[in-house]
Amino acid sequence: MKETILLIALTLFMVAIAILLYRVIAGPTLPDRAIALDTIGVNLISAIAIISIMLQTKAFLEAILILGILSFIGTIAFSKFIERGVIVERKGDS
Amino acid sequence: MKTNDVILQFTAKLVFFIIFFYAVHIFFAGHYTPGGGFVGGLVTASAIVLLVIAFDIKTVQSIIPINYLSLVAVGLIIAGGTAAFSMFMNEPFFTHYFDYFYLPLIGKTSLHTAALFDLGVYLVVVGVTMTIIQTIGEDE
Repeated sequence: MKETILLIALTLFMVAIAILLYRVIAGPTLPDRAIALDTIGVNLISAIAIISIMLQTKAFLEAILILGILSFIGTIAFSKFIERGVIVERKGDS
Repeated sequence: MKTNDVILQFTAKLVFFIIFFYAVHIFFAGHYTPGGGFVGGLVTASAIVLLVIAFDIKTVQSIIPINYLSLVAVGLIIAGGTAAFSMFMNEPFFTHYFDYFYLPLIGKTSLHTAALFDLGVYLVVVGVTMTIIQTIGEDE
């Protein structure tokens, strides 16, 4: 019973990632693609959590947290590139 | 138009410490659970990269005044010194030592010289990653 529910949830996350992948490929503007990639990161974290329940291991918790950190930093870098055109400023007056 | 990223800079100030202490936890947990020097170094470097993105290179260099190339050298010296130490004790290269100690407040702890080697790996990974990012970022 529990296995079935977990499999259904995993399948739904995979469907969500597939739909988001369509938005990454066909997104008309660059911010659409950035948002879709960020959401793919969140869905990937959820899928890893479900897989770690299915395998009954705690070894994936580090992977989940690190994926959260990397997704956050990647989205910030991408959005700064969209807004300013540079990711790393040499000397700003801010 | 003057751009204003108050929210990004405030979030970066808070999240930097969360990521950095998580990296320290990964580094020390590497002996019994997933993690270790390499992942810890990469997560630390990504925390510094978050600061570089939110502010700029000159500001981060004044906040964290570290020459990352010498960080690589220090890491290599620590790792090589840990490996070479056993040669002076008439044992093969890379022989590690461990023992159990009773530390105050923590209790029975196993201290292993592999942690020192891991510290060298950590410093080298942080130094190399930050050198690459600084060199590419300063290029015009």
